[in-house]
Amino acid sequence: MDIGLLAQHVMNGLMVGMMYALVAVGFTLFFGVLDVIQFAHGDVLTVGAFTALVTFLGVRAAGVGSGPILLSAMVVVSIFAVAALGMLIARYLVLPLRTAPALNTLLITLMLGTVLRESVRLFYPQGANPKPFPALLPTNSINIGNFNLRLDNTIMLAAGVMVIIGVELLLNRTKLGLAIRAVAQDEETARTMGINFLAIVLVAFAIGSGLAAFAGIMNGFYYNEVNFGMGLYLGVIGFAAAIIGGLGSIYGAILGGFLFAALQTVGTVALPFGSAYKDVFAFAVIIIFMAWRPTGLIQEKISERV
Amino acid sequence: MTRALKAAMAILAVAWLAAVVPAEAKDKVKVGFIGPLTGGVSANGLGGRNSADLAVRLRNADPKAKYEYELVVLDDECKPNVAVQAATKMAAERDIVAAATHYCSSTAIATVDVYHRFGLPVVVWGAVLPDITYRNKYPEVHRVNGTMINQNDTNAELLTKLGYKTFAVIHDTTDYGKGHNEYFSAALAKRGGKIVGTFGVGSDQQDFTAELTQIKALNPEVIYFGGLTPIGVRIRAQMDKLGIKAVFDGTSGIVSDAYIQGLGALAEGTLAFREGAPTDKLPGGKFFMEKYAAQKYDNPPEAYGAFAYAAMDLILDSIEKVGPDRRRVIEDMAKVENRDSIIGKITFDDHGQNTVSLITKYVVQDGKWVVWEDSEYASGKRKLPRQK
Repeated sequence: MDIGLLAQHVMNGLMVGMMYALVAVGFTLFFGVLDVIQFAHGDVLTVGAFTALVTFLGVRAAGVGSGPILLSAMVVVSIFAVAALGMLIARYLVLPLRTAPALNTLLITLMLGTVLRESVRLFYPQGANPKPFPALLPTNSINIGNFNLRLDNTIMLAAGVMVIIGVELLLNRTKLGLAIRAVAQDEETARTMGINFLAIVLVAFAIGSGLAAFAGIMNGFYYNEVNFGMGLYLGVIGFAAAIIGGLGSIYGAILGGFLFAALQTVGTVALPFGSAYKDVFAFAVIIIFMAWRPTGLIQEKISERV
Repeated sequence: MTRALKAAMAILAVAWLAAVVPAEAKDKVKVGFIGPLTGGVSANGLGGRNSADLAVRLRNADPKAKYEYELVVLDDECKPNVAVQAATKMAAERDIVAAATHYCSSTAIATVDVYHRFGLPVVVWGAVLPDITYRNKYPEVHRVNGTMINQNDTNAELLTKLGYKTFAVIHDTTDYGKGHNEYFSAALAKRGGKIVGTFGVGSDQQDFTAELTQIKALNPEVIYFGGLTPIGVRIRAQMDKLGIKAVFDGTSGIVSDAYIQGLGALAEGTLAFREGAPTDKLPGGKFFMEKYAAQKYDNPPEAYGAFAYAAMDLILDSIEKVGPDRRRVIEDMAKVENRDSIIGKITFDDHGQNTVSLITKYVVQDGKWVVWEDSEYASGKRKLPRQK
């Protein structure tokens, strides 16, 4: 296989891996902080993408034609709206169920996910059809042999990396991050130390959901299309990625996301009967992986008093 | 007299008149409709449902009709397992005499056995897989639209005539996509075209960059797509993202307004083929469009609305002739020959298939599906990608 083709495959894998990683980080944050699996996360991503689309249409209809303004409006409105949605979910759905078995929360959020998905389909005009997403990023591209290097993909990849680095800095270098990590480690002690548990949980959910919105917008720009079912698939893969990486570890989630994308790419390229089975291949490898390392690549450090 | 009193007297007078005119109670007869009302292809399902509903309404408004019809609608979600449930429900309900069923081929082929087992006469209005009528010889199953064999024949013919030699095939892995792949590959091989690669994809797949990257390396002149609108839109958009310059050649599955809406300017120059003629060119097309518009439905009839209307109308004609009895309707449908309908004359062969040989070629021009012969591509004013 020639180098240009390989480069193209790698680029595709990186883009997709970035999106999986962003979703996986959300899952891992929620699990780390509250020990819950928030299965509506994928559909929260869909809401984010559609909120961005609606913002775009609204702002453009109000007469604004400038690309950068539209772009920033879309990103800002979508992230804040979805962060608010995440906080609502945390406050009114997840927190009250903390004492119930974790399975209940998983099921309830799964159902909430369906409600969100179907609401988008029902309330957005002709929601069942895929919707074109505006191409606001510059579309210049250079053809290096078989490799088509696009400026918009590069920008998105760079933005994704910066967001991930930003989250990492937030969690490891700020007091807020310290508080989040404290709550994740031991809720009771954290409360004893004076950390406002409710506020931290809400902030963690806001961050995770905001990341999902960002991933949704990236998805929209990458495929130039959004549809009501986009979050379901990404949610499942993001969850699987978070698990392989080790639930509770941000680095693990990122690693898991890119690992899954790599598996899919290898599956498409290496398998003779090709791309129809790339998901089968990727998930099969994940299963074997989890049998080998059930707690994931980067285990969450827990200490138990005996 | 006060206004209120005058109003009351007027209402009483009307009510008395209505009571005096004898209301004839016609026997109620139930007919059924199954289509994808939710999911990615719901635009076609809803258009078909509205069209079938239109047929029932017009028949009920007809004073010469012997029965009063009620339409029972079920959703098959374009998923075979859901379709079998819906079909079983409809067929087991003895009140429903006949039904117009299915847009998706994967659902139509999954349910033929159900209809046969329960003896419910059905007329397929949108699914094009040949096996639906030809795999078994079930007297219950009929179809008013054509099959994909003719479609793909015409497709291969046009493209080889235009001078294209290398093709890549992308098809979805349902019976629909696989059928298209089979018939197109055979039709192309007969005409000397070369298929450089075949790729099967999931019917709700989001990301095609991997497949398209490989296709880019193979450098075909045409990408043939055997599948439905949702993924057709995605593949075409991602083709552009990867800088692939080739003709996007589709089937009846992408002939829909939703395809053009989903792509905007990128849809320009897409080819597709469909049995029958554009609705306004059908013999009863104008009549159908006028009546449809008058009902003010939320959704347009889409590509197969006229066929759904014709299917339901045929069922209603049959019931009028032989009465609301499933077995008699099946016997009557076996004898359908040169029956008039809005889509032209319908004749069922021994497998219940309407022998419609007309295939219309379409190309997207300026945001609309235009008949090929009428388009500027055919006259040479515009050129398809990589056309010599």
